[in-house]
Amino acid sequence: MWEYTDKVREHFINPRNVGEIKDASCVGEVGSIACGDALKLFLKVDENDRIVDAKFQTFGCASAIASSSALTEMIKGKTVDEALDVSNKDIAEFLGGLPKEKMHCSVMGREALEAAVKNLRGEEAVPHAEGEIVCECFGVTDEQIRRAIAENNLNTVEEITDFTKAGGGCGKCLDKLADLLAEAKGQKKVLTPLTVKPAGLTNLQRMKLVNKVIDEEISPSLQQDGGNIELVDVDGKRVLVQLRGACSSCKSSQLTLKQFVEKRLRETVEPDIVVEEVR
Amino acid sequence: MAPASPIYMDNNATTRVDPAVLEEMLPYFSDLYGNPSSMHTFGGQVGRKISQARERVAEAFNCNPDEVMFNACGTEGDNTAIRSALASQPEKRHIITTRVEHPAVLNVAKHLERRGYEATYLGVDEQGRLDLDELRDSIRHDTALISVMYANNETGVIFPIQEIAEIAKERGVLVHTDAVQVLGKVPFDLKTLPVDFLAVSGHKVHAPKGVGALFVRKGVQFRPFMLGGHQERGRRAGTENTTGIIGLGKACEIAMKNIAHENSAVKALRDKLEKALIAAIPDTRINGTVDARLPNTTSLAFQYVEGESILLMLDAFGVCASSGSACTSGSLEPSHVLRAMGVPFTYAHGSIRFSLSRFNTEADVDLVVKELPPIITRLREISPFKHAEGEAPACTC
Repeated sequence: MWEYTDKVREHFINPRNVGEIKDASCVGEVGSIACGDALKLFLKVDENDRIVDAKFQTFGCASAIASSSALTEMIKGKTVDEALDVSNKDIAEFLGGLPKEKMHCSVMGREALEAAVKNLRGEEAVPHAEGEIVCECFGVTDEQIRRAIAENNLNTVEEITDFTKAGGGCGKCLDKLADLLAEAKGQKKVLTPLTVKPAGLTNLQRMKLVNKVIDEEISPSLQQDGGNIELVDVDGKRVLVQLRGACSSCKSSQLTLKQFVEKRLRETVEPDIVVEEVR
Repeated sequence: MAPASPIYMDNNATTRVDPAVLEEMLPYFSDLYGNPSSMHTFGGQVGRKISQARERVAEAFNCNPDEVMFNACGTEGDNTAIRSALASQPEKRHIITTRVEHPAVLNVAKHLERRGYEATYLGVDEQGRLDLDELRDSIRHDTALISVMYANNETGVIFPIQEIAEIAKERGVLVHTDAVQVLGKVPFDLKTLPVDFLAVSGHKVHAPKGVGALFVRKGVQFRPFMLGGHQERGRRAGTENTTGIIGLGKACEIAMKNIAHENSAVKALRDKLEKALIAAIPDTRINGTVDARLPNTTSLAFQYVEGESILLMLDAFGVCASSGSACTSGSLEPSHVLRAMGVPFTYAHGSIRFSLSRFNTEADVDLVVKELPPIITRLREISPFKHAEGEAPACTC
């Protein structure tokens, strides 16, 4: 059973602003019944660009209904530009928090708002958000994922799934999600490629850094897929590892080793690291 | 908030321990705490009580007590049977199961595939039924095991295990069945049902959680899953869950006495609930065939609403049921069973399973029949799909 806050429960049992606005200035629709949740947002905007009324219709779980209700309460009375400042985090906070697996409900609220504003401004309503589809099961694009990572400071693939649903279906896109995450984190330099470049690393420093990257980043990511990795030895630029769990029998383990583990170590430790598997 | 005593209609998830079962177990928590393996009389009397439990289970199965092995749960029985069948026939690398199994079988099969085995997953039709020709065509010279559940936990659809086992025997393939949902609901007789393994679980039959039993037919090669001491004749090491085993024995004895009641009185309550809800709520359908179904189970799909919302609103009235919806499980996709059946998404997300037991009353049914229709109406008012009658909205996924 989900641990919903009293405020989520209250907004679910007594949702505010349910229904349609017949003469709405704009409508924003996101999600679909196949995806398990969908939200249709109606806005009435006056000549000063102020949202004078907001109503919604939602198909979905308690947190989807509560997030929709919260969104309409939060944006009523705001100008359109002010409303656009409402992030999915704000919606979740308004509700006293959402279970992490349900964060995508707050993201759906934010996306419905954007869709409605696009509709208001006469922009073409595109079937999907901008970008290329990464998760085919739920129609999530790379732009949506990049944005969720940035706005919510996501650190694992699992969190991406919680916030966007991407990767929650067949799981084929999990590698791509890991890449997007690595890319985003690389740009933000969270796991900083040390400014000390190759020449500066002693054996000990290299060993420590390799260990840190494997422990803090690579291993948690492989654990997402039921696998794991163990650092066996660091011999000069050669990093010797053993794959564990699902990875040890996975047909694409060599790919993982080269394209994820080695790539990541080259980015974060030294550009000429070679990863080898010890069996 | 929920009333103190719940309206419990989630018996396929777990059941209430029968008071008579509890009474049978209690002395073995306190005064009679001996180890059944001990040489002294104090422990020996517990050993005798376990023997009695084994006889009671064997009676319910109509098998030899030696063929009953106690363990911790249905999942353990499934794991043990599948792994034993493969370990005892190392040259065979293929298993057959279904797409609608419990995760206790499905995830074992998927794991085995990652270990180099091959698995065939039999599909079901829109009524949740298997195609036995597909089964026949799937059997290969290196098929080690056919593992098919006796009845599906979500829809209650009963599979033709007799025919499946006979097909397997003709082709010399071992058969396991996960019978967790049928014990005490569907009579079976292991003298005439030619399966090699059959797993049951205590907490589905009014015994406590943490105990199960696995039938292993005499003469079938067995490789233990748990190694250690000589308990269960070396087939399942580990000090016996004495109270659980005693409870399971008693529960089996009671279940056999009640099986007719389950198929008359409990079935009548289920039928009443199902008919009344379908009559009161438009755009409602039953998931799975009604021709061969557990007497206590109904899976009802309410179009254009989402299951978690229904459950939470029912919860406010103390009604306990479960959902095939994605949102309740933490996964993002609706139940693999409903998807395998091809239940349209407009229905799958709004599927609710009610599973009754002999502890349910007419008043329970009346309360659900009174409270559920307004809940569905309310949620349909909130839903953007309520007017899209007859036609599913376009899928953008």
